[in-house]
Amino acid sequence: METLLAVWEAIPETWQNLLWIIVKILAIAVPIMLAVAYLTLAERKVIGYIQVRIGPNRVGPRGLLQPIADGLKLALKEIIIPTRANRFLFLMAPLLALAPALAAWAVVPFDDGMVLADISAGLLYVLALTSLSVYGIIIAGWASNSKYAFLGAMRSAAQMVAYEIAMGFALVGVLMAAGSLNLGEIVRAQEGSLLHWFWLPLLPLFFVYFISGVAETNRAPFDVAEGESEIVAGFHVEYSGMSFALFFLAEYANMILISALTAVMFLGGWLSPFQGIPGLEDLFAWVPGIVWLLLKMSVFLFLFLWFRATFPRYRYDQIMRLGWKVFIPITIVWLLVIGVAIMAHLGPWFD
Amino acid sequence: MKSLQQILKSFVLLELLKGLRLTGKYFFAKKITVQYPEEKTPQSPRFRGRHALRRYPNGEERCIACKLCEAVCPALAITIEAEPREDGSRRTTRYDIDLFKCIYCGFCEEACPVDAIVETREYEYHFENRGENIMTKEMLLAMGDKYEQQIAADRAADAPYR
Repeated sequence: METLLAVWEAIPETWQNLLWIIVKILAIAVPIMLAVAYLTLAERKVIGYIQVRIGPNRVGPRGLLQPIADGLKLALKEIIIPTRANRFLFLMAPLLALAPALAAWAVVPFDDGMVLADISAGLLYVLALTSLSVYGIIIAGWASNSKYAFLGAMRSAAQMVAYEIAMGFALVGVLMAAGSLNLGEIVRAQEGSLLHWFWLPLLPLFFVYFISGVAETNRAPFDVAEGESEIVAGFHVEYSGMSFALFFLAEYANMILISALTAVMFLGGWLSPFQGIPGLEDLFAWVPGIVWLLLKMSVFLFLFLWFRATFPRYRYDQIMRLGWKVFIPITIVWLLVIGVAIMAHLGPWFD
Repeated sequence: MKSLQQILKSFVLLELLKGLRLTGKYFFAKKITVQYPEEKTPQSPRFRGRHALRRYPNGEERCIACKLCEAVCPALAITIEAEPREDGSRRTTRYDIDLFKCIYCGFCEEACPVDAIVETREYEYHFENRGENIMTKEMLLAMGDKYEQQIAADRAADAPYR
């Protein structure tokens, strides 16, 4: 221990900071990767249960080692690069899909002050990075040199652009209500009680944001980018082995990210749901904030899986209609409502 | 007015919530999975699995090489060659069923005038080498000897419906 400390002291300060940041990044990224692995198991279990099956239960006790077996299988498979595909872009695309999904976590506050980069424009950063993930998909579709991959990429690009706007407007609502772009500040602005959280004053935006989030992550019922019954597997038909696994990771990491963001922006992040209720508040005061955040995230993740097990895929023109003709008008109207509410100092949120 | 109602209905996502409620109910329903190698589903006496050639109780093989099964087989899976035996009776010298070609339709069994070729209830089998998919006469007769009791019981159970 002594020598370790001495070694630590010997490192110059800039390197110390760098190392410290790398440790923090690992502390976020590794649990996310694990969560992604077990989310795939949870998905198969939940969908199985809804279809009156029991889901995977053979690998390890109750199937708990299934994700590890899956990962091992994908890691051992050959990566096939199609002839006349653009090799560089083909291998680049999965990384481009995964990187933004992980990088966006930098500004997510897990507890009061527990955030990797406490930057003032956190919301803007999130918006920018979630939009970036579409490039991975477009480049994958383009570089594959396959018509199905290309069609999938085109669909996903159009869809993401449509929902990006609705999502952005929903975030503008949050920004107006909280008066800050910093995600920590946004959570603090929701302090008070369950009813102080932004889901209530921003109810339509809450729904629009979460549904757009489902569309952004290309999950059912908005999974036309994959649409196995129409275009085989969409943008990732030509991918195999580890390069496919990266797309898989990106999709699930994005799901977790959207859940976390929805929890932070509309359900009070790390705040206890019993805040402001006499008796219960003290009873649950010992629970760390991160537990509440994780609980709220799990609710949204379960919703993702529940949606997938329930709804048939949207027809493509209906997706476009929903995005452009329904969500965007709703958000704009509600922005006006919030504006009026703020001007009128409507309590308990805007006083 | 009616269209307004429609719009309102779609805005509160009523139908989607109904769907979610239905699947949500099934989430808690009793699961019907059969854990295959340990648990098995019940079989009908009419089950059509791997084939067998039967014998009479005195040990004489039933098949008289009439080749009706060969003729009726829609997949051309059966090959028969026949010759008179020393005692003058008509018997097969070769009776092959190619299990890759066979579609387990049971027509051979229906066509057989002496109930010689039958399909047993055995369905768990596999081949590890080329050629193992061909069941020869010896293998078919061995199957028949092994399952004779069950085959006879199944025919008896199904007899009232024929």
